[in-house]
Amino acid sequence: MTEMLSYDFMQRALLAAVLVGITAPAVGIYLVQRRQALMGDGMGHVAMTGVGLGFIFQTSPVWMAVLVCVLGAVTMELVRSRGNQRGDIALAMLFYGGMACGKLLVSLSAQAGAGSLESYLWGSILTVAPADLITIAVLGTVVVAVTVGLRRQLFAICQDEDFARVTGLPVRTLNLLLAVMAAVTVTVAMRVVGLLLVSALMVVPVVAAQQLTRSFAATQAASIALGVVVSLAGVTGSYHLNVPSGPAIVLLAIAVFAVFSLLAAPLARRRHRAATDPGPKVCDVELPERIPGQVPKRNAEQLPGQGSSDATTPERGAGLAQ
Amino acid sequence: MTHPIPPAVRLRDAVASRGGRPVLRGVDLTVQPGEVVALLGANGSGKSTTVKAVIGAVPLEQGALELFGVPYAGFRAWHRIGYVPQRTTAASGVPATVREVVSTGRLPQHRLLPFRRRDRAAVDRALAAVGMLERAGDGVADLSGGQQQRVLIARALVGTPDLLIMDEPMAGVDAASQQVLADTLRAEVARGAAVLLVLHELGPLEPLIDRAVVLRDGCVAHDGPPVPNTGLHALPGHDHVHPHADHTPPRLLA
Repeated sequence: MTEMLSYDFMQRALLAAVLVGITAPAVGIYLVQRRQALMGDGMGHVAMTGVGLGFIFQTSPVWMAVLVCVLGAVTMELVRSRGNQRGDIALAMLFYGGMACGKLLVSLSAQAGAGSLESYLWGSILTVAPADLITIAVLGTVVVAVTVGLRRQLFAICQDEDFARVTGLPVRTLNLLLAVMAAVTVTVAMRVVGLLLVSALMVVPVVAAQQLTRSFAATQAASIALGVVVSLAGVTGSYHLNVPSGPAIVLLAIAVFAVFSLLAAPLARRRHRAATDPGPKVCDVELPERIPGQVPKRNAEQLPGQGSSDATTPERGAGLAQ
Repeated sequence: MTHPIPPAVRLRDAVASRGGRPVLRGVDLTVQPGEVVALLGANGSGKSTTVKAVIGAVPLEQGALELFGVPYAGFRAWHRIGYVPQRTTAASGVPATVREVVSTGRLPQHRLLPFRRRDRAAVDRALAAVGMLERAGDGVADLSGGQQQRVLIARALVGTPDLLIMDEPMAGVDAASQQVLADTLRAEVARGAAVLLVLHELGPLEPLIDRAVVLRDGCVAHDGPPVPNTGLHALPGHDHVHPHADHTPPRLLA
């Protein structure tokens, strides 16, 4: 351990891992809440174009990726908020176009080496330079300040957008802000886990944590803690086993998810037992005498009070509709 | 006829379409302060779209909307409106407790400031009003449909609104929750809140309703006192039980 920490590059790698471990789940939870878990993946694809442009113009690929990814995220958000029926196709074009464009630009650039794009696709945490670390720290701080500081507002827009609008929240601005934060996170995490696995760090700690939590606040806190633990453990493990850190982090997170979901079922059962009256063990409800010709499909064990309001609805509704 | 207090909702000649299909073709709708208006009509008649136009979720192509006498574009007093959307589910992709969901209804009050004791007290009151206080710490995904509906109503009540807008609050709600809902609504009306209700049928809320607006194909077909549903009421075996009569659920719903 001390030997590992004596290397400058390992110190920077571990610091970067902690920052990304905090940032990715902090913003990823909102994507999961909105059932857009794969959005981060798409942004990772789009970011490749930014990396390619960085290569072409000999500027920092990270800042170029931030720029392109933010543009892509804003486009995705506009497509989503329009509720366009063919929105998925527009997104598919954006994702594939971003990836293809990135590879093309990199191959055109002067510094196209064999491993140049590789390091962005799979991450190269050991080559994190002091300047990179500052970039990651600044961007990560902004993302965490927004996603944790505006938790109630962002929770509201992801939970129920129409309702949030009626509370007077600037829904569109907040949606765009969230999209930009996700884009920034993708580029921040790019050095640690790589663009292809970026989304995993945004999603897996969240879904692992929520196996055991009941509240949103606890899920966010637990997923950030989990993100930090798996990132640190992944980097440490990859140092000792001499394997790449990105895949190590992601596989570790998935392993935690698997363990937590095994624990979840008995836990939920116990919780249910405590919270609700289980009712009688056997059905001892006497059915009213059966009228010939009545719907025979109804379950015999159903209580007479249940479901019958549904049965009366059509005729009552029809009466009013006329 | 002039009212000293402007109407809570004034929608005039509203034209709107969704997905290129015209849904509202000139709807007029007014809700006076303290008035309970039911919006009725068949599926696809434009009830939900009218309500979404009132809250600004569906833009108007033509016509005008005023809320509490203020044109929609300049309206900022959102704390005066409580909205209960048509329920699919109160749950989302991440677990959330009943308290967390209801707390979002308090956002117009605390805004960017931290959630304070009086906000918490307001959430407790709203949860108690719908009989869900003891479930405050439970996940919304673990609740039944009727209980989720009660949570969404508590979320709308938490800011003590002057106008309550509910989209099909009775749909898929069990008898016990229907009773709670009717009681809650009666208390809100007694407090002086105006209510705009989208209903598929008048049902057990009928005694509360001052006026019914019936839509057909995006046009107002009737605007006046609720039409007694004589055909149905004459059916054998129908008991007309008012929700405030006692605490047993109405037989028709049971």
